[in-house]
Amino acid sequence: MNSFSYVRPTTVDETVALLDEYGTDAKLLAGGTDLLVNLRSHRMLPRLIIDVKRVAELTTGIEEADGALRISATASMTDVIGDERVRRYYPALVEAAAVVGSIQIRNRATLAGNVCNASPAADTVPALLVYASEVTVIGRSGTRHVLLDDFLVGPGETVLERGEIVTAINLPIPSRPAGATFGRVTRRRGVDLATISLCCMVDSDGTTTFAYGAVAPRPFLVRDHSGLLADRGADERARAATLREMIGHASPITDVRASAEYRQAMLDVMSRRALDGAIDRLAAA
Amino acid sequence: MMPAAAMAMAFTVNGTVRTLEVATHHTLLDVLRDMLDLTGTKECCAEGECGACTLLVDGRSVNSCLMLAVEADGSEITTVEGLASNGELGPLQQAFLDKGAAQCGFCIPGQLMSAQALLARNPHPTVEEVHDGLVGNLCRCAGYQQITEAVLAAAESVNR
Repeated sequence: MNSFSYVRPTTVDETVALLDEYGTDAKLLAGGTDLLVNLRSHRMLPRLIIDVKRVAELTTGIEEADGALRISATASMTDVIGDERVRRYYPALVEAAAVVGSIQIRNRATLAGNVCNASPAADTVPALLVYASEVTVIGRSGTRHVLLDDFLVGPGETVLERGEIVTAINLPIPSRPAGATFGRVTRRRGVDLATISLCCMVDSDGTTTFAYGAVAPRPFLVRDHSGLLADRGADERARAATLREMIGHASPITDVRASAEYRQAMLDVMSRRALDGAIDRLAAA
Repeated sequence: MMPAAAMAMAFTVNGTVRTLEVATHHTLLDVLRDMLDLTGTKECCAEGECGACTLLVDGRSVNSCLMLAVEADGSEITTVEGLASNGELGPLQQAFLDKGAAQCGFCIPGQLMSAQALLARNPHPTVEEVHDGLVGNLCRCAGYQQITEAVLAAAESVNR
């Protein structure tokens, strides 16, 4: 690993000033499970590492306020999985966070880091999209709240500008019953990136929402407002056509993990499973 | 504090407070092995896939290859050396020995630390839970059967 300067600010203001001064020469360190790999391989050669784990505003953990659950930027996957409110309101997020890396990775990796790295295969992003998450961003000009769907741009790319930091991920507390499930295909059980991942939510008003990961430049959302997918009694051919139309938004590629054709085939299989699971959960809610 | 390439830090390692001046780009693994001569913790993949460098930071298992030493400032660290006391092997270490769980032995310190973390949060794991608890630790000798048996045996011996 090349040497760098290290700093441990205690306030967001201090952090923002450093980010503004150093620009792309600075990297933020929270869990470090992706950053350290990039530093060692020299894919990243920052002059400054800003460790945010002692920034007061970023270490508030998981709090409920103003109709939302606020997950601060240093909360780890283990923190997320273990939180009673997350388990109650967002079971599909728990399922996704529980398969990130290994236990050792989940003890360090943060939810905000998973979002900010903007990997097309980020495990928690499909669930966060389905739950309509919002990202709190603080910069020189103040605070802005950005819907996660608007935050992600492409592989490794977000709308964050120079001098801006994500301080929290906010999930609205569900106002009506819904059922959601997470699904993922990997080559092996632990410590693997998703070949495809998805989250499906069926709402009590009949809306079905899918979010897909690892099959497009960024995870994306699609919705069925017709009520067809949510209704297991509806015409099977009409349901299949609707599902095909939703999956059609994916543009899977061939890479080391799978071929485009395999991903396409698994999209269909996994979508049906996730939909069934979501309908069951709605019925149980 | 000002940005710096070296920094004074203090942490507790296996019950002893240690104060060091470290380069900020050195990992926790580097510092334990090279500065404190605690060579039980191994480096293998160096990217968080294999678990050979697993140790406990404030009771949680982590990959020490993915942590800067300075991040451990103020923390409590347990390495595999901390499992034995007064020259006596801990129950997990004894069970690994009894069950022949170590073949080449390189992954074993990491396996032990993940098992230690598992038993701390779940003293009565099922076979399935042991597999899940050790999912981040690879054994290239493929001694998983004996490793699982050893963890289950240690759980029994502690609760006897």
